[in-house]
Amino acid sequence: MANHRLQSLSEELHPPLTQHEASVESDRCYFCFDAPCITACPTGIDIPLFIRQIKADNPTGAAKTIFDENILGGMCARVCPTETLCEQACVRNTQEEKPVRIGELQRFATDTLMDANTQPYEREASTGKTVAVVGAGPAGLSCAHRLALQGHAVTIFEAHSKPGGLNEFGIAAYKTVDNFAQREVNYVLSIGGIDVEYEKPLGPSLSLDDLKNQFDAVFLGMGLGNTNTLDVPGHDVGGVHDAVEFIAQLRQADNPQSLDVGNDVVVIGGGMTAIDAAVQSKLLGADDVTVVYRRDQDSMNASPFEQQVAQTHGVLLKTHWQPSQIIANNGKVAGVEFEKTAVQNGTLQGTGEKRVFTCDRVLLAIGQQFEANDTLNGLDLENRRIKVDENGRTSDAKIWAGGDCVAGGDDLTVSAVQAGKVAALSIHTQLSA
Amino acid sequence: MVDLKSNFLGIESPNPFWLASAPPTDKEVNVVRAFEAGWGGVVWKTLGEDPHIVNVNGPRYGAVYSSDRTLMGLNNIELITDRPLQTNLDEITRVKRNWPDRAVVVSLMVPCEEKNWSTILKKVEDTGADGVELNFGCPHGMSERGMGAAVGQVPEYIEMVAQWCKQHTKLPVIVKLTPNITDIRFPARAAKSGGADAVSLINTISSIVSVNLDTMSPEPSIDGWGSHGGYCGPAVKPIALNMVAEIARDEETRGLPISGIGGVTTWRDAAEFLALGAGNIQVCTAAMTYGFRIIEELTTGLAGWMESSGYNSIDDVIGRAVPNVKDWQELNLNYIAKAKIDQDLCIQCGRCHVVCEDTSHQAITAKVNGTRHFEVIDEECVGCNLCVSVCPVDNCITMEAMTEGTDPRTQQPISPEYANWTTHPNNPYGSGG
Repeated sequence: MANHRLQSLSEELHPPLTQHEASVESDRCYFCFDAPCITACPTGIDIPLFIRQIKADNPTGAAKTIFDENILGGMCARVCPTETLCEQACVRNTQEEKPVRIGELQRFATDTLMDANTQPYEREASTGKTVAVVGAGPAGLSCAHRLALQGHAVTIFEAHSKPGGLNEFGIAAYKTVDNFAQREVNYVLSIGGIDVEYEKPLGPSLSLDDLKNQFDAVFLGMGLGNTNTLDVPGHDVGGVHDAVEFIAQLRQADNPQSLDVGNDVVVIGGGMTAIDAAVQSKLLGADDVTVVYRRDQDSMNASPFEQQVAQTHGVLLKTHWQPSQIIANNGKVAGVEFEKTAVQNGTLQGTGEKRVFTCDRVLLAIGQQFEANDTLNGLDLENRRIKVDENGRTSDAKIWAGGDCVAGGDDLTVSAVQAGKVAALSIHTQLSA
Repeated sequence: MVDLKSNFLGIESPNPFWLASAPPTDKEVNVVRAFEAGWGGVVWKTLGEDPHIVNVNGPRYGAVYSSDRTLMGLNNIELITDRPLQTNLDEITRVKRNWPDRAVVVSLMVPCEEKNWSTILKKVEDTGADGVELNFGCPHGMSERGMGAAVGQVPEYIEMVAQWCKQHTKLPVIVKLTPNITDIRFPARAAKSGGADAVSLINTISSIVSVNLDTMSPEPSIDGWGSHGGYCGPAVKPIALNMVAEIARDEETRGLPISGIGGVTTWRDAAEFLALGAGNIQVCTAAMTYGFRIIEELTTGLAGWMESSGYNSIDDVIGRAVPNVKDWQELNLNYIAKAKIDQDLCIQCGRCHVVCEDTSHQAITAKVNGTRHFEVIDEECVGCNLCVSVCPVDNCITMEAMTEGTDPRTQQPISPEYANWTTHPNNPYGSGG
């Protein structure tokens, strides 16, 4: 049983394309004029070009085309909700409701180059300028790589003892097998010119003022620190866990199959984290896993594909139920009482109908929030996150920010990569002036 | 009721599909398998004199593929039969005796001396074969020894050898032509004036199919070296169709029976050859790609089309399209067509726009009122058909003839009259200036 579980955990949703599959799939791309898929990609990868390069038996050239816009193209190929981004825009949808499998082709190309362990880039000559990057997640890595490429010396300050951010701590294991997140970080850092200092969060021993004094520019990409808490009676009883923490624990565990995942799990939420946590629980041996969401299925942040993954793994999706209290027995969770919801006059409201779902474990996946505290030196905020302009500039002329910690983000890896890239270009322009 | 029976030069076969002289017809075992599968006849692989030739002992074939490894073109450096003459003669005798209703024609290639031809012709007659085909076509190997295409490229030799053969045998004589010449009509005329009963074409096209960029050897590679081979398969069909039509409509060769060869893969290919004047069809590469069972598709497809089009016999189809093949100067310059895009079928790939914009006449929009929209600008459209050619959707773009009004491009009225280049005012040699 343990072996079976382990195998399931390391199995991938999509096995990588073989050379022949990639050749056939690449031939399906029409090389569209002003291609809609490019517009739909948050990082603007020249998708038709990289697919054409695969077709022409030049996968490493294809990888460079991808990395030119998205240095974390390998991870994005694995975790992007392509069915709502590039693949949704593919003109093949109109023709046959079957888009070119862009994400899988992107993985084919990036895997080829990363397996060869060569960087397609050479750093520019040193500019003598230094940049501090806070956070070694997707935004920080993207920013750091681009700046290093342009000849600047970058130091990343990372709160954890390991780089990668949510790629390392927040994404289900089956999406990134074989320690891919760390391999990718190593690949990104192999450009040179980037130092990483671990266990260095912004705080009493590392202030923004210090960074501003020691570096020519600062980029903040620390993500969201806190998860939302469930404000219902009983939320603090034993057996109620945070889904993000559960995934982080799982990703860092030496023996994931030894984790206690419960038998009867209720996951509260409707996003990617809820799905990841539910599927992981199921793969690790939980008997019954139910995702309970307060709105309808179309409103779930998890894409239809993700929902399907959950369902095909035996996870039950229940919608229109919101938690009203956690029921405990001897200090341990025994069930969750939900109230039926309905949209009335355009707002979601409880109907008064209640029902208890018994369970021995609850995972909360109800979103993360930004912890705006005084380490930010009073940077302007917007919607309780850091306010930036279109170039990632904050209200401080020496500080840029991007990724989940800024206002207006969509919580996608690919968007964080773009934010880091855009900020790096802006920083470079300023440092070159 | 459709009858596929064929009578070519008095040689009867249950259908017009013969296997061309090539590896599939080299041995009794192959030919019997072909007849069991339903082929109408064979042209036995070319016999030569003893001592029999030898082949290379490495790869003989090279291929051009689509992305899905569909074979688009095949090239070979194989020579004529590499078995003793008597072995072949014995097998031919046995096959013809056992399969009296199938056509068995024997391909021949011997040095250009009358004695050599008269000797081998006698031996072939003794087998009971239905006819002979003179191989003046093979472009590789044998041509270096003054045979094959070396003969086919010199009309005087063709005429001379054809005459010898007609003198020394009562069997029908087919001259197989090489396409490796500048004007196919000259060798065809020579064959006719030498008394040949028919021509067959095309033989393979001189070709290097690819170069191995690691070893710098042409493919197929024999110990690091390559030699040009003969190219065949679907890729050569258009070249063959034109050559067949040129002979069919040439004043000097009109009426000379033609056995059509060159990339025939489906019934439609065969019907096109027949329509352009071929009296029967020879197939090789399709059989070498898929096996003999393709004959079922060829016969049922051809019969089905003939049935639905009201043709009862092969003779009804032969030459139907020949009157419509003209010299360019005869084409009607008053015929005006414009491309039309069916917006309901358009999938918005934009290829029509970009190729028209980049490489042609700037006659297709990319945006209309600020939104992506591809529409033909009649004022610019010359009716060239490039957009139709590149559109990935069946019937999305069509060429529509204008029958009245004014051509928006030239502002000239549409004329119902026929007018061609010979009478055009711009023609310095024409009668209209």
